[in-house]
Amino acid sequence: MSRSRAPYLLVGPALTALTVFFVLPVVAAFVLSFTDFDIYGVADLGNVRFVGLSNYSRLLQEPLFGKALANTALFVFVGAPLSLAASLGAALLLHARVARWQAVFRTALFAPVVTTVVAVAVIWRYVLHTRYGFLNYALGVLGIEPVDWLGDPRWAMPAIILFAVWKNFGTNMVILLAGLQAIPEDQYEAARLDGAGALAQFRHITLPALAPTLLMVTLMTMVGYFQLFAEPYVMTRGGPVQSTTSILYFMFEEGFKWWNLGFASAVAFVLFAILAAGAALQLALARRWSQP
Amino acid sequence: MKLAADLGRRWRGAAARRASPAQRSLGLAALALGALALGACEADEPLTLRMWAMGREGEEVAELVAQFERAHPGVRVRVQQLPWSAAHEKLLTAFVGETLPDVAQLGNTWLSELEALGALEPLDAALERSQVVDARDYFPGIWATNVVGGATVGIPWYVDTRLLFYRRDLLAAAGYAEVPTTWETWRESLVAVARRAGPAQFAVFLPVNEFEQLLTLALSEPEPLLRDGGRWGNFRSASFGRALTYYLDLFRRQLAPVASETQLANVWDELGRGTFAFMIHGPWSIGELRRRLPAAQQGAWATAPMPGPRGPGAGIAGGSSLVLFRTGGGARRARLGWQLIEHLSTPAAQRRFFQLTGNLPPRRASWNDGALAADPAVAAFRSQLERARQAPAVPQWERIMQELRLSSERAVHQVRPSTTDAELAQIVADTCAELDERVDELLRKRRWMLARQEAR
Repeated sequence: MSRSRAPYLLVGPALTALTVFFVLPVVAAFVLSFTDFDIYGVADLGNVRFVGLSNYSRLLQEPLFGKALANTALFVFVGAPLSLAASLGAALLLHARVARWQAVFRTALFAPVVTTVVAVAVIWRYVLHTRYGFLNYALGVLGIEPVDWLGDPRWAMPAIILFAVWKNFGTNMVILLAGLQAIPEDQYEAARLDGAGALAQFRHITLPALAPTLLMVTLMTMVGYFQLFAEPYVMTRGGPVQSTTSILYFMFEEGFKWWNLGFASAVAFVLFAILAAGAALQLALARRWSQP
Repeated sequence: MKLAADLGRRWRGAAARRASPAQRSLGLAALALGALALGACEADEPLTLRMWAMGREGEEVAELVAQFERAHPGVRVRVQQLPWSAAHEKLLTAFVGETLPDVAQLGNTWLSELEALGALEPLDAALERSQVVDARDYFPGIWATNVVGGATVGIPWYVDTRLLFYRRDLLAAAGYAEVPTTWETWRESLVAVARRAGPAQFAVFLPVNEFEQLLTLALSEPEPLLRDGGRWGNFRSASFGRALTYYLDLFRRQLAPVASETQLANVWDELGRGTFAFMIHGPWSIGELRRRLPAAQQGAWATAPMPGPRGPGAGIAGGSSLVLFRTGGGARRARLGWQLIEHLSTPAAQRRFFQLTGNLPPRRASWNDGALAADPAVAAFRSQLERARQAPAVPQWERIMQELRLSSERAVHQVRPSTTDAELAQIVADTCAELDERVDELLRKRRWMLARQEAR
């Protein structure tokens, strides 16, 4: 075997798998997004027509898509910062020198991440139940009127955000904790000698040292949160009044409930474009921030 | 030995399923021939039929299927239960993956869609010879939902329609011994009930997240909901306009609360509590009300047929059908599948099924004795079912109903107690025009398909 062929042979299996299971479907979906592939197309490919950009133009006029976009944006821009704040807070608490039973707390806080969304969502539906739920019971003790968490269009998304934050903050917490542990202790010591308080230490040592980790975590969280699907699928089915219909849920309904696969593919590529633009913007901002 | 036989059987089953499209399209007409040709040697070979049924029916059908197995030695029926929420996706995925079962339960609004896919076996030939299934014995509106493009593709299994569940005591206190039969007089009775109602109590509950109530009203009007053979929406018709106006007016007069079903713990307890005196609900509510309301209140509720614009109104022709899929499994498989459908369609089996599930039978013969004939709560359903009217059979119907629900919900939110008649008429006109526009868009592909078929 020649030396120059060896690397291709070695990466061959991985590349083949990637092509068959990733590249080809993506290309097929891209082609599909310019057709009107639907239930009739499932019956016979002869019923499929190329429609150019009309899926995309229809998508921009579709009020539900706008609504799904707004719902997703609400989830991302409220949920992701909340989730990050929770992760950072928990990581700082765990990292504090006074903290005891660190391993126990770390495991407990990380536990929601390894549970399945569906099983936990079912339990959360009980927690959020208007009449018999624990949350409303707790609010009742504080003298707050019961909230129809999953039935009221104004509260359904906040409830989903609450659930998602609880479910996901553990991952970031562990990553941030690792980042915190990598900061050399002598920097804090020097800062303390210079008379820096806890807040000043956090601002001038912890945050800058953690910045690369934070950036990566923020990016991953935002991208992940844009793909909101399982939570509304299990808890609200996109309702009430479509207040928890996310872009992905909208795509799922179009594709697998109504079988407008051409139209659904167009949704997928619009979502992809949004994510790519978001990531690029975030990276550009980060670059500016890190270069004084 | 047994293992080898088992494997062999399985392999044959798999090979049979991999049949060519030409073989697949063999109609039931070939069945009789096939039976003759294959003769007795194949007849007692063991065979497993696959059947899919949804939700509760999938559990309860086991007893009836066991009877069938006893009557057909060597034939086993494997029933797979699908949850309703995932059934539609699973059916279409199975169609694409060529793993559809032999027999299945299908919601009758799905028939035209699966027919468009060419997945359903036409049953007319088998029907003609059948000693068991007699089309004339079925409620006509229900039977009509099973005929798509001139071919019978399903046999109704149970029926589902919506009618009035009401508090007899509250209506009597308002001065009415019975539910009036016209829209006008029914509304008067609602006004009378509302006058005596306490705070946060209403005359009728029309959940804004459901389309069935409005559809029930709309079906009582003469003009069809789609026109030109299901090519265009017909929601701007005077008929639908009258139904929508009547519906919205009930909200304007605050006879109905602007609320969705999810905002209540459950409708049955709320009916018992008097939160509303009327609701438009389906047959399963009979069992729920009997189970949930205290004994002292059992005499206080009753059912009544829907009122209509001029006398008793029409109803939705809903329910499930039994179908035979074109699986290419061969003549014997299809014949046994049809026999299973026949077995489930006998009046005796339907009555038993009613006892097991509370699902109402589609055949009049099944209603003539037993628990059904004696039950006053289901009597109203029988008369309503005689007037059940089929909705247009187009594959896009479910989607159209979702649009109807969204449009009417928006309209309900626009109506205020202070809305004048002229403003209401404007809301109705705008809603109907917008609905037609969206429905026409949904039917665009269908129009193209039909035009192409005609051109051929």
